[in-house]
Amino acid sequence: MNKLLVSTAVALSLGSAAGIASAEDIKIGVFLGLTGPLESLVANMAPGAEAAIAEVSASGKLLDGSTVTAIRADTTCVDAAAATSAIERLITSDKVSGVVGGDCSGVTTAALTNVAMPNGMVMISPSATSPALSTLEDNGLFFRTAPSDARQGVVMSDILMDRGFKEVALTYTNNDYGKGLADAFQSAFEAAGGTVTISSSHEDNKADYSAEVGALASAGGEALVVAGYLDSGGKGVIQGSLDTGAFETFVLPDGMVGASLPEAIGSELNGSFGQAPGTDSEGAGLFAEMATGFDPTSPFAAESYDAAALMLLAMQAAGSTDPQVYKNNVMDVANAPGEQILPGQLAKALEILAAGGDVDYVGASNVELIGGGESAGNYREIEIQGEEVTTVGFR
Amino acid sequence: MENWLNAFALLSNFVIVPAIAYGSQLALGALGVTLVFGILRFSNFAHGDTMSLGTMVVILFTWWFQSMGINLGPLPTALLALPFGIFFCAVFVLLSDRFVYRFYRAKRADPVIYLIASVGIMFITNGIVRFIIGPDDQNFADGERFIIRAREFKEMTGLDQGVTIKLSQGLTFVTMIVVVAALFWFLNRTRSGKSMRAYSDNEDLALLSGINPDKVVAITWIIAAALATIAGTLYGLDKSFKPFTYFQLLLPIFAAAIVGGLGNPLGAIAGGFVIAFSEITITYAYKRFVEYLMPESWEAGGLIQLLSTDYKFAVSFIILLLVLLVRPHGIFKGTGV
Repeated sequence: MNKLLVSTAVALSLGSAAGIASAEDIKIGVFLGLTGPLESLVANMAPGAEAAIAEVSASGKLLDGSTVTAIRADTTCVDAAAATSAIERLITSDKVSGVVGGDCSGVTTAALTNVAMPNGMVMISPSATSPALSTLEDNGLFFRTAPSDARQGVVMSDILMDRGFKEVALTYTNNDYGKGLADAFQSAFEAAGGTVTISSSHEDNKADYSAEVGALASAGGEALVVAGYLDSGGKGVIQGSLDTGAFETFVLPDGMVGASLPEAIGSELNGSFGQAPGTDSEGAGLFAEMATGFDPTSPFAAESYDAAALMLLAMQAAGSTDPQVYKNNVMDVANAPGEQILPGQLAKALEILAAGGDVDYVGASNVELIGGGESAGNYREIEIQGEEVTTVGFR
Repeated sequence: MENWLNAFALLSNFVIVPAIAYGSQLALGALGVTLVFGILRFSNFAHGDTMSLGTMVVILFTWWFQSMGINLGPLPTALLALPFGIFFCAVFVLLSDRFVYRFYRAKRADPVIYLIASVGIMFITNGIVRFIIGPDDQNFADGERFIIRAREFKEMTGLDQGVTIKLSQGLTFVTMIVVVAALFWFLNRTRSGKSMRAYSDNEDLALLSGINPDKVVAITWIIAAALATIAGTLYGLDKSFKPFTYFQLLLPIFAAAIVGGLGNPLGAIAGGFVIAFSEITITYAYKRFVEYLMPESWEAGGLIQLLSTDYKFAVSFIILLLVLLVRPHGIFKGTGV
């Protein structure tokens, strides 16, 4: 009799506890290229996104104390079929409420149009920078904390002009990212009075780049712009150019900026320069201080943190984890008006939103969403000095 | 006269030297493929990843030697680690034969079943390599990097155009010749080599005349493992080691082996060079080369490029198709596909 009473009481209390709080375990997909040409950047991007998720989860302030779990999936960066099935799994089997990713523009477009849009899932990409994504019809489901390459092309052209380069050769990785950036750069550079001697593509992960280097060397130029990936074809082309003495100075856009490139090439890369998204804002400094276990200055690490943070703040503002509802709040929490929010202050932002206030998320990368929901763009100008990537200014 | 020399130096630097090095790399890979095809009679798709496995062991030993301060002076330390790589790689392929291919051999399975089994082995090997050394790029080259550098060449000759020859390129070419010579000597002059050729020509007759098939198969695998490790290591020294790239190497290697004639060692070498030279010469922009040879007033309007580099892979496969149409058994008569 006693036993029955106790067990009934326990069952009742359990039942009522579940009834009172609407707290749930929210799952967020971290959809990045864990393998493939961007894997060395993703090693810092995925922990960046997960840092924001952990921060929110630990605060206990999201939607009446919900916890948030990150679930990783691999975009492979290059294989659209693999990426599509990976995000399919996140949405249908893991039942995520939002997706941080993808990383490379091609797979992101494929995942968005084939899976995320039909399923009404919100994607916030930290690093897909193709200009094509600006005009893609996305039902208001796609955002990015990275700027379009149309902007990067202009910045890169400005940097070259300021340094007195008038004639360059251009090679790009043969995908949406490379082609988009190359076109944006070429039109900006030519409008500014520069000459592009040749614009030729290269394939990633191929056995040999002698043919590409030969063609680029024939066209000539004061520097070689390499719109590729640092772990892949971009590195192969630079190595080949240096070995044959075809070019001595290289211009490195975001996909080429990383510690592994000067490590692999050595002192001959000194003097090459370029740009990657980044800012000297207060948020970047705070983010660098709070980062543990990953490199916060690695390209797109800050953007990854911001992408995850924005998604969770939008859920809080909407009071719902339904993508169809909170997608309308992403722009609001990212932009003014409201109290400015820096990295590490997510708990504060959740409180303000819960009380019905307004926030202006600034975050680690100075987030300001423009157009259809993409970052306005802040770049840091880098130069390879003493075999290290050194920041020489901000644009 | 100087213009002629400049034109030649230019062509050497950007076409001839890289094509010879790349051709040698393909030839060494194709030799392994063609040997397995000739004697065990199947297309071994795992060859690219066998190369990466052998190279991985070489890299691990190279790091160990480097940490102990052992080196070969101007030559890369990896050469010292090569025998260890070959040993472990041979053990691995023998185990894969024992647990996979032997089963199908006993059943006298169709070549296509072997082929599919080798695709399985390929993925397993690929996974093991990524698990042990990771998917990243690994640099393990040390010692001198160049035999001659462009700048030194210009100072030495007084020409405007430099020629660069990397030590790894020279090493690859020399090794290729030595390995091919040794392989031919082995196949034609030794008792084991002769029994291998007999087994390849007619399995039943070879068995009747008392040749031990297990021994022939084992020797074939050991040689294939040695070729794979040598090819992989030389490729890694010249470019860099990345498991995914080795997987991608499989395609040009097979193209080379088929163009030359599958099963024919001489064909593998010819095929390697045909593929490498066609990829590079057809997509090279001859603007500067022509400018050196033409009178000074003449200036090239375009880049004088036959095909954009976008099409370089198309080039090798068009050649592959042409060869298969005109000579289905390859340039040198192979066993056929």
